[in-house]
Amino acid sequence: MNSEFKEHLLSSLAQNIRLDGRKLDEYRKIEVEFGISNTAEGSAKVTIGDTIVLAGVKMLVQQPYPDKPDEGTIMVNAELLPMSNPDFEPGPPKDEAIELARVVDRGIRESAAIDVKKLLIKKGEKCWVVSIDIVTVNAAGNLFDAAALAAIAAIKDTFFPVYENDEINYKKKTEQRLPLVKTPISVTVLKLGGSYLVDPLPDEEAACDARLTVAATEGGNLCALQKGGDQTLTMEDISRMVDLALEKATYLRGFLN
Amino acid sequence: MTYSKRYSDRGFDDLRPIEAKAGVIPNADGSAFFKIGNTTAYAAVYGPRDLHPKFKQDPGKGILRCNYNMMPFSGMGERVRPGPSRRSREISMVTEKALMPVLDLQEFPNAVVDVFIELPQTDAGSRCAGICAASIALADAGIPMKDLVTAVSVGKVDDKIVVDLDYAEEAHEGGPVADIPVAMVPSTGMISLLQMDGEVTKDDLMKALEKARAAILKIYEIQKKALKDKYYVDMVNQNEQ
Amino acid sequence: MSKVLVKDKEVVVPGEELAIGLDYLPGFGTYRIGDSIRASRLGLANLDGRAIKIIPLSGRYLPKKNDVILGKVIDVTLNGWRLDINSAYTAMLMVKEGTSDFVTKGADLTQYYSLGDYLVCKITNVTTQKLVDVTMRGPGLKKLRNGRIIKCNPHKVPRIIGKQGSMVSMIKNATKCWIIVGQNGLIWLQGSPKDEVVAVQTIAMIEKEAHLQGLTEKVKSHLEGIYGKLQELKGESNDIQ
Repeated sequence: MNSEFKEHLLSSLAQNIRLDGRKLDEYRKIEVEFGISNTAEGSAKVTIGDTIVLAGVKMLVQQPYPDKPDEGTIMVNAELLPMSNPDFEPGPPKDEAIELARVVDRGIRESAAIDVKKLLIKKGEKCWVVSIDIVTVNAAGNLFDAAALAAIAAIKDTFFPVYENDEINYKKKTEQRLPLVKTPISVTVLKLGGSYLVDPLPDEEAACDARLTVAATEGGNLCALQKGGDQTLTMEDISRMVDLALEKATYLRGFLN
Repeated sequence: MTYSKRYSDRGFDDLRPIEAKAGVIPNADGSAFFKIGNTTAYAAVYGPRDLHPKFKQDPGKGILRCNYNMMPFSGMGERVRPGPSRRSREISMVTEKALMPVLDLQEFPNAVVDVFIELPQTDAGSRCAGICAASIALADAGIPMKDLVTAVSVGKVDDKIVVDLDYAEEAHEGGPVADIPVAMVPSTGMISLLQMDGEVTKDDLMKALEKARAAILKIYEIQKKALKDKYYVDMVNQNEQ
Repeated sequence: MSKVLVKDKEVVVPGEELAIGLDYLPGFGTYRIGDSIRASRLGLANLDGRAIKIIPLSGRYLPKKNDVILGKVIDVTLNGWRLDINSAYTAMLMVKEGTSDFVTKGADLTQYYSLGDYLVCKITNVTTQKLVDVTMRGPGLKKLRNGRIIKCNPHKVPRIIGKQGSMVSMIKNATKCWIIVGQNGLIWLQGSPKDEVVAVQTIAMIEKEAHLQGLTEKVKSHLEGIYGKLQELKGESNDIQ
């Protein structure tokens, strides 16, 4: 961003006023809708302001990894669809999409949110694979938080399909939900000049010095971190950004009920 | 064998329930959401805009570029691997051909109008749903066009000619099935997409196309309403004040 | 027997029949087919005597000679600067149109305008291939410093500016913001943070309701609700279409 425009933005933020009138720690309107795709085993749509993200879970059965013969597997994939932003091109996922998928993945995996032992069908031979796909419908800032929230909401919406005679019957769902034991929530905090803000607009993301995505579980424990942006963060920055993230994680978690 | 009752309990000429909305993707120049039965499609239009690589540019007029894609969780069975497949590339191409006849891109030399179609959920009729959504999105984007384009699948299940086949009918095993996606320009009845899977007599084909025309005129009304509703909502609110 | 089928200011979609009979003349956004005149754009029907035209509600900006626009410098070449003007087409600002200084060959042009700078400029020429030339030489044309840039629908610009600038003057007067509206749908504002937000939200309101009656009054009461009674400006107009 043009340096004079950035200065103007920073002085506005210093007065706790953002481009759309929000305060620095305010989220845009959030909506979570469950079950938006009946071909998915579980799905959700998350809207944060104008940002719209879908997540869908597909289940399959495979051999467990040799080093983890008594566990199932989780896979997270994200696509920044060209329909969601004029700057996105068709093609294989670029760095931004891969970072998004991996950060969401870490939040779920490192918190052991899904009890992977309960995904086992037969030790060393068969286990469930939970495949989570996140796609963007309209990318208008804060994809990290929307994507992570959509992924967890989709997991919550998921029922195991019927598995009989070594085959998955995708047309029939069991009454059994996925074993979700924790609910990790991601909050991304941006540092612009001397201000910390959440739920950035695209212009704010373009002007940001650095960002920190923090995933946290109900207990207030951190389960994943990702720093982005070209500038550095001090220890003081990190401490304050984590505090802000933990506060907002509780707020976001409320939308999953 | 006789197909006496449809799996979905509809009349043989009945469409599944349809919903359509214009302007659902704020970043796009035009957009739409179209749902027919359990098949849903988003369409987004970006353009006219700059076209790269340069060798694709046409100095005489703008070009249309369609990209049809199924979301990984939109298949009726297993996960759909992300990325273009042979099927999606063919559908992208026939979608382009279905929309071209109504578009006037003379004002946009060297530029491109990009149409992206993405499906969150499918239950047959997906290319037709994509075309219906794309038409609404193109009009929403202010692209000059002679008319919308409307599409529906007709066909034959056993001995009955049916309108708007769902997946259960496409997969029917008790007898022969023919699936015929058709796209038309509603005001003239001209056909811009015609494909077929299966086996039919010429007589049956012509009967099916007649039924397609009637069904298309019904879908057309819904597409038009989606566009007008985008602007009417404000008028209603105003009158109520 | 000629007949008009739509009302003035009615929202019409491409393909919609506007009039029957040869007495009517097809204007912008319409075409004649046989006896009918049909719309070729999404927009408002405009009946003007025997001419029927469409006022478009959407569509990306197409550069027009004499338009005053906001452009962003995206490239600095040996001969001048290339600008992104929010269109499928970029604009070229040649050195001698950029400054009245005598510039030696090979001089560093970034001392005048560099990447990311926003300029208020005027279109001097558009070729059939949509090559666009602009100039910075003229009253009110300048590099923008500070402030912020927002985008709006270029078709709403006349409404945002108002007759003889009355609408934008009302907003400037109330919010004490500097505001420059480009014909290409880019708007520059500068004021105190709170007032800028009010200006941005007021412009968004005008965009949404541009085609409705009584808009000027509505904007006036919206602003008075925040700032109290507005001072009367000289030459303020009443509601226009």
